[in-house]
Amino acid sequence: MTRHARRRFLTYLVAAPALAVATRFGVEAYAPGSADAAIPTPPAPADLVDLGDLLILAGKPTADMLVLSVDEDGGVDFRLPREEVGQGLTTAVAMLVAEELDTPLDRVRVHLEDARPELLFNQLTGSSNAVRSLYDPVRRTAAAARARMVAAAARQWGLKASELTVRAGVVVAPDGRTASYGSLTTAAATLDLGSLTVTPKKESEHTLVGTPTSRIDARALVTGSHPYTLDLDVPGAKPCMVRRPPTINGTVTSVGNEAAVRAMPGVVDVVVIDSGVAVVAETFGQALDGKNALEVTWGGGTVDTLSDSDIRARLKAATPSLDLLGALVRKVDTEFDFAFASHAPLETNSAVADVRPDRAEIWSGLKSPIVAQAAIAQAVGLPVSKVTVHVMQSGGSFGRRLFYDAALEAAVVSKKSGRPVRLMWSRIDDMRHGRMRPATHHRVRATYAAGQVLTFQHRVAAVETDFRHGLGDAVTAAAASLPTGLGNATFAQTLFLTTVKSPYDFGVTTQTLTEVPLRMHTGSWRSVYSANTRGAEEIVVDELAARLGKDPVDFRRSFLKTDRQRAVLDRAATEGDWGRELPDGWAQGIGFHEEYKSCTACLVEIDATDPKKPRVARAVIVADVGRVINPRGLEAQLLGGLTDAISTTLRAGLHIDKGLPLEGSYSQFHYARQKDAPKDVRIHVIEGAGEPGGAGELGVPAAVGAVANAYARATGTKPRSFPVNFDVDFTPFPR
Amino acid sequence: MPSHTFTVNGKSVTVDAPDDLPLLWALRDLLDIRGPKYGCGINVCKACTSHLDGEAFNPCVLPVSEASGREVTTIEGLADGDRLHPVQEAWLEQDVAQCGYCQPGQIMAAVALLKRTRNPTDADIDAIANVCRCGTYFRIREAIKSAAERMA
Repeated sequence: MTRHARRRFLTYLVAAPALAVATRFGVEAYAPGSADAAIPTPPAPADLVDLGDLLILAGKPTADMLVLSVDEDGGVDFRLPREEVGQGLTTAVAMLVAEELDTPLDRVRVHLEDARPELLFNQLTGSSNAVRSLYDPVRRTAAAARARMVAAAARQWGLKASELTVRAGVVVAPDGRTASYGSLTTAAATLDLGSLTVTPKKESEHTLVGTPTSRIDARALVTGSHPYTLDLDVPGAKPCMVRRPPTINGTVTSVGNEAAVRAMPGVVDVVVIDSGVAVVAETFGQALDGKNALEVTWGGGTVDTLSDSDIRARLKAATPSLDLLGALVRKVDTEFDFAFASHAPLETNSAVADVRPDRAEIWSGLKSPIVAQAAIAQAVGLPVSKVTVHVMQSGGSFGRRLFYDAALEAAVVSKKSGRPVRLMWSRIDDMRHGRMRPATHHRVRATYAAGQVLTFQHRVAAVETDFRHGLGDAVTAAAASLPTGLGNATFAQTLFLTTVKSPYDFGVTTQTLTEVPLRMHTGSWRSVYSANTRGAEEIVVDELAARLGKDPVDFRRSFLKTDRQRAVLDRAATEGDWGRELPDGWAQGIGFHEEYKSCTACLVEIDATDPKKPRVARAVIVADVGRVINPRGLEAQLLGGLTDAISTTLRAGLHIDKGLPLEGSYSQFHYARQKDAPKDVRIHVIEGAGEPGGAGELGVPAAVGAVANAYARATGTKPRSFPVNFDVDFTPFPR
Repeated sequence: MPSHTFTVNGKSVTVDAPDDLPLLWALRDLLDIRGPKYGCGINVCKACTSHLDGEAFNPCVLPVSEASGREVTTIEGLADGDRLHPVQEAWLEQDVAQCGYCQPGQIMAAVALLKRTRNPTDADIDAIANVCRCGTYFRIREAIKSAAERMA
């Protein structure tokens, strides 16, 4: 697709929804005329309107309800209605604000906004959508502030605003007079300056945006002074931990030794809640001892009889069969399994809650605080307006903090115990009762003849992903803009079809999702369906290339749809020295992925001399995400996506055994450590224009394909089940 | 309640706590020293990595009684006032942190490594087992190498 078309498309989408847009866009972007002979694949729904477009559209009515203030020292405070979990959003937003205001970056402070229900769909962090949705509104807001400052100075000096310039937060007159923002802020706020026409800077005039910039909070992070939720000092808030059931969604029947636990050193309260039994104590060490000492009789959970083999069988049975084909057509026909995966952010679920009879105050890492606020208000019996929800910058998410499990528990315990609490999940509980990426089964069939791919069919069956965190409401609100044919899709299918698409011209291409409704604690995991779905497809692409006697890079180049995609692929092949000689047991692998208006290629080299202990030794990543706000932050996201892919492709997954994951810590859920990570990573960002694309999840699917393909070539195997090395190599913790 | 006296970041402190209370909770909940983070409680994630008499250790598994009379350094005690330790400077230079939660532990582990060896090899760096769930390992590796040069 051309950037021009994308731009017109988005603009039009924002101004007036929908179907006409999709049709017109499809015609423009996919008009014939390309020289290659591949059989064109018509645009998929995600090519026309992706999930990010829907979220932008849903958030549009409140998109400009942003708060920016300038204090008398010239410091700028911006209240960001999103969550920062390490993805670098606060830095990117501070850069946009500083750029428009022409003020130094270190004068801009970004605060995470409390839950503001009036923002409706404009306070949800997910779907790689924060920069996409905020880029214009933040610039408009900051440009408006700058215009008022300049107007105030013009009034003060009797000059025209157009004669004034701004340098480093100081308004400058042609005669050399100066006035700092700090000195102007009161006038700017109170004077009747008439209506100001505000236009954000031309992007060609950007001096900060687009340059590699370090995190604005880096110093706080390396000195240990950054306050995470449980580092807060909320007066009187006592440590609290919850004893959880031996199986997922088990219930409390009775507590046998409550008095004895209450008598333990430091224990101050024992409270039964829906999800288990909470122990409140003077220290977390004592709360942990107390919860471990509890003797609880448990009721059954929701998947008590199920283990991995049962779940796989159900997924397989639920995967639709593929279309029958003529006997003369040659095909690649294959199936894949992906295990459950824990989000496992290093900061476990945590929250501080202070619930009083007439009001409540909550602190937690929340990506959907409005939904959390409503749920908490209902649970503690207060009006929403009496529940203040503070959003805390958090220690990782990867999708996990779309849910507010800890905040809800803390609020209920605080109400029942009549005191403020600091509630923390143990690591074991976080892994066993926390959220996880659902297991999936995949059936893929690609047919080919005369050097062309004729059809590409992919049927995905997944354990149901829980999306009850507000995303559904936003998508429903924007449903009118869905392409034809999606009207009757279930919500999960809508998400699948607005995120998953193939970047290749493989003739008739169909990708579908079937969900198996098991009641487990699932949730979106970085890149949602794409890591498994597109990862599996990249493996099939390599196998198709082999069948057609083509090199994997050449093959991809022939079948990718656009020049932009090919430029990214070729750069990766060049930078990564594709095809170079490697020792026995080593191999290169390549993967490509496009989503949310961005595309990326990943090339890895793996040392699989010992197939049980493979190591990705080197990686090259190239990305084109359209306009880049902070290349340094973007590279960090791609590096993280690579590590996620290495982990979940090679070793990290959860085994379900009779209704509970066996894994309970990082010694068992094998997320990569330094010894598993490449010693050489080169990331190249292609300078793009137009709107920023999504980038937070982009890196995972291409790297899954690259790592799996490299492993397959190095070992001469055809990996079909992921992670590839997935033994139970540990003694599980007691239930 | 037993009383335990030890040094934290150059200051003598006394806490009243059961002998077997993990030092991590004495630091965080009784002394309000919250740089060391909980990530697992069983010495596998290493997020709480700090120094005991100058060597890396994990306070999540050290009973507070065993700290008596010894010298504990946490991330808060690493910088010299406003002057950061060279390893912290290297971390800023490489913009290592993403969520940052593991980074105090990563930095303390790197400082301990550089104390043992001035020029750590890739194998030495591989031996640092601290989990970074954001996957910043390559930047950590580059920062350790940069710090080694700064400290040479």
